[in-house]
Amino acid sequence: MKKLLIGNAAIARGLYEGGCSLISSYPGTPSTEITEEFAKFSDTYCEWAPNEKVAMETAFGAALQGKRSACCMKHVGLNVAADPLFTMSYTGVNAGLVICVADDPGMHSSQNEQDSRHYAIASKIPMLEPSDSEECLEFAKLAFEISENFDTPVFIKTCTRVAHSQSIVEIGERTEVTKEYAKNGAKYIMMPGNAIKRHPFVEERTKALTEYADTSGINRIEKADNAEFGIITSSTSYQYVKEVFGDSVSVLKLGMVNPLPINLIKDFAKLVNKIYVVEELDPIIENHCKSIGVDVIGREVFSILGEFSQKSIAKAFNIQDKYSVDLDTQIPVRPPMMCAGCPHRGMYYVLARNKVTVLGDIGCYTLGAQPPLCALDSTLCMGASVSSIHGFNKAGGTETEQKTVCVIGDSTFMHSGVTGLINIAYNMSNSTVIILDNSITGMTGHQQNPTTGYSIKGDPAGKINLEDLCHSVGINSVRVVDPYNLDECEKVLKEELNKNEPSVIISRRPCVLLKYVKPKTPLKVNTDKCKGCKKCMKFGCPAISFKDGHAKVDTTLCIGCEVCKQLCAFDAFESEVK
Amino acid sequence: MDTKNIMIVGVGGQGSLLASKLLGKLLVDEGYDVKVSEVHGMSQRGGSVVTYVRFGDKVYSPVIEDGEADFIVSFEKIEAARYVKQLSKDGTVIVNTQEIDPMPVIIGAAEYPKDVLTEMKDKGVNVDAIDALSLATQAGSAKASNIVLMGRLAKYFDIPYEKWINAIENSVKPQFIEMNKKAFELGYYC
Repeated sequence: MKKLLIGNAAIARGLYEGGCSLISSYPGTPSTEITEEFAKFSDTYCEWAPNEKVAMETAFGAALQGKRSACCMKHVGLNVAADPLFTMSYTGVNAGLVICVADDPGMHSSQNEQDSRHYAIASKIPMLEPSDSEECLEFAKLAFEISENFDTPVFIKTCTRVAHSQSIVEIGERTEVTKEYAKNGAKYIMMPGNAIKRHPFVEERTKALTEYADTSGINRIEKADNAEFGIITSSTSYQYVKEVFGDSVSVLKLGMVNPLPINLIKDFAKLVNKIYVVEELDPIIENHCKSIGVDVIGREVFSILGEFSQKSIAKAFNIQDKYSVDLDTQIPVRPPMMCAGCPHRGMYYVLARNKVTVLGDIGCYTLGAQPPLCALDSTLCMGASVSSIHGFNKAGGTETEQKTVCVIGDSTFMHSGVTGLINIAYNMSNSTVIILDNSITGMTGHQQNPTTGYSIKGDPAGKINLEDLCHSVGINSVRVVDPYNLDECEKVLKEELNKNEPSVIISRRPCVLLKYVKPKTPLKVNTDKCKGCKKCMKFGCPAISFKDGHAKVDTTLCIGCEVCKQLCAFDAFESEVK
Repeated sequence: MDTKNIMIVGVGGQGSLLASKLLGKLLVDEGYDVKVSEVHGMSQRGGSVVTYVRFGDKVYSPVIEDGEADFIVSFEKIEAARYVKQLSKDGTVIVNTQEIDPMPVIIGAAEYPKDVLTEMKDKGVNVDAIDALSLATQAGSAKASNIVLMGRLAKYFDIPYEKWINAIENSVKPQFIEMNKKAFELGYYC
């Protein structure tokens, strides 16, 4: 059966058909849908883990026990999981183990544009790189075969354009695979005496995998007669190359980007006069070619920054631009923003009004950095807000402690904020940590997490109580506020900032996009009362605009949170009477 | 057949996902090679969103570049102008005349450009402007603007009317089928 699937859904299908019995992941754009799609199969186990390290170790455990398993994450998630990764390369696997990682060139939804292929090289783990949904499905199945045949975890690496583009796939049947578990300390207990004997195995395995890369057909030459030059490429770049050149140039299409082939590249070099390497981000294939004595052109003509497209490839080859309309009118930008009624906005408004320094974190609430609130001072990585406020306050002393907070979401706090809080309690800084608890993992599209009480499939699950957790690590002052109540937020904020001990403020209200959150009656502006002072405009609610000298509420967006009512000195916001 | 390119643009939350799902399904059923590409994540939060739909005998790239789009279907007025540079020489912009203020306009840092459709026409662009929001409301839900616009797009294709209706029946929840069929009809015949 033929189906139009996004790359992520095709990977989920491929893992399923390949006999995958367990997936443990932490959500991260653009990888999230692999796990969400896999959760729809009824005869397999699937879960959200608190972070990528836990997810990878869970998948390792399942593969060790004898079931084909996988974990999925975005590129920066692989940083979190790097510790088990490098040693799993030594232990190898029992049943197959697949690690799906999604890069984000162009940073559509990420804080950096790191190239995950470096991890494959550094950890000496093979990496497959599909170029469309069909290959996503095929490679996911193949990855389990490679994993068991070569005794290694296997990466499947995508990028945004492969992960989130739909193309046609052929749906197949599932194969069940189970291995027996047998105790084998020499292979699975990685203490020095054992690890030292596993390292030579890893090196031999890389040699065997290089031969596989040369001969298996996963890397293929598409030869064109009378071609002026040849191109080595992989992933979505292959599609752009074909879009520009069709069958008029010879192409070495790589499906496996670690280890890279040697003889195949040398053979390809004999076929053509000149070789270009087309790869997004870092010059990894390019440097490999040069290291084996094959002269190629790469970064001289292609950018190291961002995504490619057929246009950027054509430009590099001086192919003329297409006709294009240019308007004189400047179109104002339309950046993403916090929704009307977003509970984060109330707390940010209070922080901005009190001119507090705010160390931020990763999630929807990072959008609080934008005008008009401009409420954030830093954003680094998952959990960094809680750890860095401790350093910030230690360096700044009492005066800094009394005007600095950090903000972190409920899911991000469970991911890696809690260890930072333990450090605050242990090493005693008077830091004020605000957990923006909207009871869901928001930015990635509403995934459950350990604080929500539900599993990935929506079934009841264990529920971590944030107040108890904070108390238990040694925080005595834990306060809960409603971010729709500005006065309460301000009062508690001031009290906690002035305390001579660490404290946690839980700003709790569920995300307005959750189905169980029912919108209230939208407000309207009484233009007789509105003086046009624009105080409400400082709140940055997308439902409020300023028209003809007065504030105006867009009733299709307003959910009736009534926070704007608290801002208005003239009582101009009124509930519409139905 | 050469590859045909359709862009669906608008504001996050306007229903471009359903429109591209419907189009993709229809074109696969028609026997074409199809690629549909969109960016998830940040774009859901009221930001500018764009979906690429490409179909033909063999489609390689999932994205549409400057001067390549045969159709731009815009769910909002200035979003059409934002992406018009990607329209091909003989391409057509189908645009909903609805205006949604972006944040710089809301906070008074910029003006909403009023005359972009006129400027596009002056520069030789084929502009097919309709009030999809009113038509959708007439069909029973303001949220059906996306299907009104699909109805308008369908006029430019040789694919039989019933096949579009089939695609709608297979893409929306049963309780919304009749309303969406009405929305499609209003877009097609307006």
